[in-house]
Amino acid sequence: MSTGTRMSQPTSGGAFPVQRIRDDFPVLNQRVNGQPLVYLDNASTAQKPRVVIDTLSRYYAEDNANIHRAIHTLAERATQAYERTRSKVREFINAADSREIIFVRGTTEGINLAAQSYARSVLTEGDEIIVSAMEHHSNIVPWQLVCQQVGARLRVIPVDDDGELLVDEYRRLLSERTKLVALAHVSNVLGTINPVKQMIEMAHSHGAPVLLDGAQAVPHLRVDVRDLDCDFYAFSSHKLYGPTGVGALYGKADLLEEMPPYQGGGEMIASVTFEKTQYNVLPYKFEAGTPNIAGVVGLGAAIDYVQQVGLSAAGGYEHELLDYATGVLAAIPGLQIIGTAREKASVISFVIDGIHAHDLGTILDQHGVAIRAGHHCAMPLMQRFGVPATARASFAFYNTREEVDALARAVDAAIEVFG
Amino acid sequence: MSELTELYQEVILDHNRRPRNFAKLESANRMAEGINPLCGDQVVVYLQLDGDRIVDMSFQGYGCAIAKASASLMTEQLKGKSRADADQLFAALHALLTGDPSVDLSEDGLGKLEVLAGVREFPIRVKCATLAWHAMRAALRQDRPQVSTE
Ligand SMILES: Cc1ncc(COP(=O)(O)O)c(C=O)c1O
Repeated sequence: MSTGTRMSQPTSGGAFPVQRIRDDFPVLNQRVNGQPLVYLDNASTAQKPRVVIDTLSRYYAEDNANIHRAIHTLAERATQAYERTRSKVREFINAADSREIIFVRGTTEGINLAAQSYARSVLTEGDEIIVSAMEHHSNIVPWQLVCQQVGARLRVIPVDDDGELLVDEYRRLLSERTKLVALAHVSNVLGTINPVKQMIEMAHSHGAPVLLDGAQAVPHLRVDVRDLDCDFYAFSSHKLYGPTGVGALYGKADLLEEMPPYQGGGEMIASVTFEKTQYNVLPYKFEAGTPNIAGVVGLGAAIDYVQQVGLSAAGGYEHELLDYATGVLAAIPGLQIIGTAREKASVISFVIDGIHAHDLGTILDQHGVAIRAGHHCAMPLMQRFGVPATARASFAFYNTREEVDALARAVDAAIEVFG
Repeated sequence: MSELTELYQEVILDHNRRPRNFAKLESANRMAEGINPLCGDQVVVYLQLDGDRIVDMSFQGYGCAIAKASASLMTEQLKGKSRADADQLFAALHALLTGDPSVDLSEDGLGKLEVLAGVREFPIRVKCATLAWHAMRAALRQDRPQVSTE
């Protein structure tokens, strides 16, 4: 597989320059509760490199204007910066055409757009949408809403005890009633990298388009939407070291062309009379109102930064960290890792006998270690594994082995408290 | 790290390990569920109410040590008490947890509940400590079978 698999070892030959990279992230250089910050909540949101922060502030200080509307110089600059990011996103995920990149608020809005504009207008009663048991709520609830609206039915691909999707069960769920498949590329809880290319091919053989939730994939894997042949791909800037409140939805042009607008307003029209409104061309048809211009420009800087670090070198380094952390954590008595798929991104969920994840989160925070504790917006998956909540450590390319050790020491301290 | 020791006092750890009145109450005539959508914690509080008096009380569910200990201590404290007592104790606990200076805690007989004072230093955990209490109040009102901390 050329996509969807983890990146190979660093190609530069030398060791991954993690110390130099850490210097790019101002937020990392602080103490929390008297201890050096160990930020291991990257799957929630990643920290921002200085270039992204500076880009935002420079945009507001030098270029700020509304886009696509005025003919003055600032508007021209702002429009160019905004559209440059569209090209960067296109290139980043290897889409064929920039018209296929729609800026949205994030993964959640991207999925809702596809649900309300595509699924709602295409599906009818008795049709089926397939999702998996490891979806984030944002890749469940939008489809439930559509199902209620059109009388369609949601089907769910089960996962096994390692946290891998049961592809044979998926094969059985596919039928002529299947009108859409919506899947996480990478699970935010288990870290599982799903065999999406194969699953897309299977869906297509039944004529069903596929949406991939790429929120957790884009920061770790090289994504090639044409190689995957997915029909929609959604991701968030903030998990990719960019600003919050912005993301992108990729859609194949022929689908997007047929879809009705998602929201009405300025920008998305070609002409308006009270009798009839002519919609704008792609992608503007889907970008009603003044967008998060600064956020989009910041996303462009984040993509440049990630490209410069190199996703394959970073992916290789993250994989080493994942292996190291998995070994260190698994050796702690009473600790159980949830999510042991063969193909994983650098996310580790775990539970500890007799210690609720919330208490663990509080104790770790007192040691300067930031993790996530809870259901991770994946309550059905928690149910599947029979736990109310898990603790989750998720690693970015700026994390270190020393930080993994700090995590392990803090976990030991928690076990000490609860003894 | 002393704030941690404050938070996880021995009494709390003990009630977490061995929660009291942790069962379904067969004689219950009132019950309500409390959920914390932030973390998925869930508690069910059972009451046997005789007129104005809480004759018996229990709880079930899952949650963090703070949520469990607070629920367990609550069942101990409220057995035999009136609705008004329950309301007053809740108000006192709330003041203790949020550090509200307008409530005089010295007279309110928080008793063992004083061990929850450490939660004050951890504002995000206040919801954990009050989850079962909200369920208890809903059960007393019997107007909503499910309450949420949000
Ligand atoms: C797998 C997955 N899908 C969707 C989302 C939602 O992303 P956002 O909140 O940025 O819209 C997340 C974020 O937590 C996620 O991890």
